[in-house]
Amino acid sequence: MYYFCVRFYKRFFSIIFKKKSYQSLEDNSTNTMTQVIYRKLTSKFLNLGLVFLLTISTSLTAQEGDPAKGKTLFNTNCAACHQLDRDMTGPMLRNVEARLADEQGLDREWLNNWIRNSAGVIKSGDAYANKVFKEWNNTAMTAFPQLSDQDITDILAYTAEPKKEIIIEDDKPEQTDDTSGGASNKLILGALAVLFALLALALILVRRTLNSFAEAKGIDVAKDKTIPIWKAFVQNQFLVLVTTIFFLLASAYFVYGYLSQIGVDQGYEPVQPIHYSHRIHAGDNGIDCKYCHSSARVSKQSGIPSMNICMNCHKSIYEVAPETQAEGLAEYGVDYNAEIQKLYDAVGWDGQKYSGEAKPIKWVRIHNLPDFAYFNHSQHVSVAGVECQTCHGPVEEMEVMYQHSSLTMGWCINCHRETEVNVKDNAYYTKIHEELSKKYGVEKLTAAQMGGLECGKCHY
Amino acid sequence: MVFASVMSCKKDTRPNYQFMPNMYEPVGYESYAESDAFPGGVEAQLPAEGSIPRGGHMPFEYENTTEGYELAKASLKNPLDSTQIDSERAKELYDIYCGICHGNNGKGQGKLVKREKILGVPSYDDAGRAITEGSIYHVIYYGKNAMGSYANQLNEEERWQVVDYVLKLKADLEK
Repeated sequence: MYYFCVRFYKRFFSIIFKKKSYQSLEDNSTNTMTQVIYRKLTSKFLNLGLVFLLTISTSLTAQEGDPAKGKTLFNTNCAACHQLDRDMTGPMLRNVEARLADEQGLDREWLNNWIRNSAGVIKSGDAYANKVFKEWNNTAMTAFPQLSDQDITDILAYTAEPKKEIIIEDDKPEQTDDTSGGASNKLILGALAVLFALLALALILVRRTLNSFAEAKGIDVAKDKTIPIWKAFVQNQFLVLVTTIFFLLASAYFVYGYLSQIGVDQGYEPVQPIHYSHRIHAGDNGIDCKYCHSSARVSKQSGIPSMNICMNCHKSIYEVAPETQAEGLAEYGVDYNAEIQKLYDAVGWDGQKYSGEAKPIKWVRIHNLPDFAYFNHSQHVSVAGVECQTCHGPVEEMEVMYQHSSLTMGWCINCHRETEVNVKDNAYYTKIHEELSKKYGVEKLTAAQMGGLECGKCHY
Repeated sequence: MVFASVMSCKKDTRPNYQFMPNMYEPVGYESYAESDAFPGGVEAQLPAEGSIPRGGHMPFEYENTTEGYELAKASLKNPLDSTQIDSERAKELYDIYCGICHGNNGKGQGKLVKREKILGVPSYDDAGRAITEGSIYHVIYYGKNAMGSYANQLNEEERWQVVDYVLKLKADLEK
């Protein structure tokens, strides 16, 4: 656009210059002609003024767009369907203005019309518009009549920005620091152990040499006449009895401990087929648990989200932020982008459309109650209003999901005994709440008082 | 020693031993179970084409096309009357499923948008789109552009509750 301005100015100067030369020529010849010249000159000046005005006004609208403003506008208006370097619902837009001009010979005027009313351009029979419309499955682009010329210039300036290469810093030196720290600790411990061993050895050696000296000099070293301690122990029957009882009790304690944790999977943390980070999704991005596990509201199962729920967001989120990627590699040894790619492979998404070749993901079940215990999510989530975290722990901080609670019967009953039922605004059992409160003479009811400890409630 | 060696065998990446597993494992088909009885070996199957769930849920007859969208926009109306609208529950549902992108006030500035994860979420009062109850329902049902379908997270009645709430947000924005 500056080029045009410069051209206009050049013309402007050349015209003035010509005028002057004319003037001087006419002055030299006749007087009568001068008036004509002057008249012409004024009209020319008027024209010039117009040209000048036009130049200024065009130069105003053709000002370099502001890429920062353009980014905001792009993100609010265009990014639903367009990305800069990737086809989405609509084509990618990096350098779109230059590409259109080079490949199709289409100017800004066409782009303005298209952006403000693409349907109109298609209807007018424009060849390229119809071609694009067909190419993109007859998806009509939303009209943006509210965008001014300056807005469009800003947006195009943003799309014309060169692609930024993001350099991910190498975090390897940090890691080596960590391991060397661990190694040095072990080294110190090892050295200490060796030192003690040497000391003990030295003591034994000193004692031996002293003994041999004594023998050589014929001194009789007083030998221990007492019996060794283990013999004394065996001879003392009372001590043997007490020790045996203690030993048996101790082993019974440990055996009992071991047996009672059979079938309890607290802390179970299996490796899942796709490394899904609850920390990023529920923690950093604050997505509600029930967004994905929606059936926890309405059914027994808190469903494993089907892949289309992943794709609600991952249709447009095809890679994580570079910082997140670096963090994943350094702290957890996970390539998050590769994990997203695993999702795409499973769901059969090639970045544009579904190929129709989906294969189920074999998630590993973590929380699993035995078949003889009945548990219903909706009863706890919707009726009782229990927070998911009460049983599942701080899921929003878990990089890898694990079982937080023991899920034993004792654990269930404990909660039923302690938790006060939220009677307020709970239309489910208004009447029975009142009667039970009267019966037990309490203000607040626990789940246990409502029959939450009856065997048949969970085992049938 | 025995105890220690037994304990060391227990790994967090492996489930613990079970006492009498046949009491633990279900005999019937459980949700998400694997089974040869179903195509693909997956117990979770889609309902057969054309099946209608019990309880008065009628099939949605508008097509997933631009024409279907325009038709729904013009003619589809909310079957819930004002006594059936539960705006408290609608807000709850909206905040869970929509607010994360559209923002809890419908301005298109949800948390994911603010963190620049998902972009281009329009405000509900966008003049170029001029949403109506029919178009909102159509979009929740099928999705549009980058937005996916929410038909499997919200049932019919819940969808209409959310539609009503979205219209309320739109009216607030246009004030």
